[in-house]
Amino acid sequence: MTIQIPTPQEIMAPALAGASETMVLNMGPHHPSTHGVLRVVVELDGELVVNLAPDVGFLHTGIEKTMESKTYQKAVVLTDRMDYLAPLSNNLCYALAVEQLMGVEIPERAQVIRVLLVELQRISSHLVWLGTHALDLAAMSVFLYAMREREQILDIFELVSGARMMTSYIRIGGVAYELPADFLPTVDALLQVMPDCIDEYEALLTGNPLWLERTVDVGVVNAEDAVALGLSGANLRATGVPYDVRKALPYCGYETYDFRIPVGKKGDNYDRYRVRMAEMRESVRIARQAWERLCAMPPGDFMTHDRKVAPPPKQEITHSMEALIHHFKLWTEGFKPPVGDSYVSIESPRGVLGCYVVSDGSPKPWRVHFRGPSFINLQALTHMAKGRLMADLVALVASLDPVLGEVDR
Amino acid sequence: MGIEEKAADLGVVTTSLEHVVNWGRTNAMWPLLFGLACCAIEMMGAQSANYDLSRFGMEINRASPRQADLMIVAGRVSRKMAPVVRRLYDQMSDPKWVIAMGDCAACGGIFNNYAIVQGVDEVVPVDVYVAGCPPRPEALIDGIMMLHAKVQREKISGVKEAPITLQHALLQVDVAKK
Ligand code: SF4
Repeated sequence: MTIQIPTPQEIMAPALAGASETMVLNMGPHHPSTHGVLRVVVELDGELVVNLAPDVGFLHTGIEKTMESKTYQKAVVLTDRMDYLAPLSNNLCYALAVEQLMGVEIPERAQVIRVLLVELQRISSHLVWLGTHALDLAAMSVFLYAMREREQILDIFELVSGARMMTSYIRIGGVAYELPADFLPTVDALLQVMPDCIDEYEALLTGNPLWLERTVDVGVVNAEDAVALGLSGANLRATGVPYDVRKALPYCGYETYDFRIPVGKKGDNYDRYRVRMAEMRESVRIARQAWERLCAMPPGDFMTHDRKVAPPPKQEITHSMEALIHHFKLWTEGFKPPVGDSYVSIESPRGVLGCYVVSDGSPKPWRVHFRGPSFINLQALTHMAKGRLMADLVALVASLDPVLGEVDR
Repeated sequence: MGIEEKAADLGVVTTSLEHVVNWGRTNAMWPLLFGLACCAIEMMGAQSANYDLSRFGMEINRASPRQADLMIVAGRVSRKMAPVVRRLYDQMSDPKWVIAMGDCAACGGIFNNYAIVQGVDEVVPVDVYVAGCPPRPEALIDGIMMLHAKVQREKISGVKEAPITLQHALLQVDVAKK
């Protein structure tokens, strides 16, 4: 299959010259249903979409370039702002790539904390997707319910890191601080209510005739095309391909957790909805297992003991001159990974998030590149929307769940 | 016993025109449905049930700039987006106000680079700056309340006050936290 994605100019030129019978409609970059600042140039025949060109770059932030001027540890902060619905997943991907480059061992407990938080992040991200997707199809109340639980998850992030969204909590070598004392009971409370809440959302939508009308058989992609288009995450799994990085290339000890990979059949909007809902349930299960492991572990180990990246403990700094100098050097100069490169991919809420880091041996990365799943998933939009109604396009964008921060970076 | 009291007995309230107009403006201020980046997610948070921005008559986001009074620039403005922001601002009908939400919109935030406009005030006049990356929903609400107070002081003649500075916003937010 060859992918033909026209440029906006290609679509607009015949219309501007007055040489076409079709109408060209400009949607965005300011449009309530493009989920950020995406511009879509649509060629319409009546209400039918003939062709469509996504125009990205309205949120280009230069994150990758800016990272080259920060030390490795400081660049973590920038990764948060990429996929802003899942900052912790971005942190994790970058941290894993640098850790692989340096060959740092991460303590078991830090791994479990990471898994727990990243799964909570997946739930919170899917909640925003659910709320906005329903909102786009004019179901307002789902949004209010979804944001209610999301607040509860954000409260947990605030508890551990002090920030609601941009936590930068996962650092190279582990996580930033020890967990607070009331962390485990708070997470427990959330995990107890979450399955019922998911039932509640499903009661609102799953059998709802209006919802079915707008989602079933809309935006169908078959498995072959999905692979050819490079789709990943729930968008790929909805077509029936059970590919999940957590199973295929486990990281952070995902191979030791018991969870399933939900898949769909047809690859339409409804399947994508079902897959994401099921994923939330699986995330609750993984988080519960991680929670149990954390309960059984003594506090402490949240950061690697490798002094190459971790600062010496406080007591040592107050007694030893060398430790003090080392601490100072670590924060002013940074650490120096060996010359080389590394690539790590993880399963972010949106799909396969990859991070490629190249080191020239200096304390700053020579190049960092991210494989943003949103960007690649967005490629499928033209393929999916052709021949559909204009109204379905809105549902499609929501269903693909792109985050423009990650598309443009 | 003034005339006001006499009139009040008859069910008549006297006030200044300015006061009534400003009261009307503050209590039904419709923001433009306009999100740019991460901060927009916190703006959504402020509008949802927990923070409930509709308490201040602001729950109706208008997707059309023609119907909006307030532009909340929620997020970083890239060089490609800046002309669009300006155009949207120009399309809004008077009177109109702008809140720069978040460090990026206020001053470029952590992105001091080639891609990001160093503060949206390079493109549109800003009334209130809300600090934070992203600002908490409470901070946004505080910024909105500050804007309301400012609008209350406005003259109908159209002379606008100077912008409330970032420093001020920071202070206010800190106080609100404690
Ligand atoms: S201020 Fe922070 S949260 Fe807001 S848009 Fe900028 S980076 Fe994102």
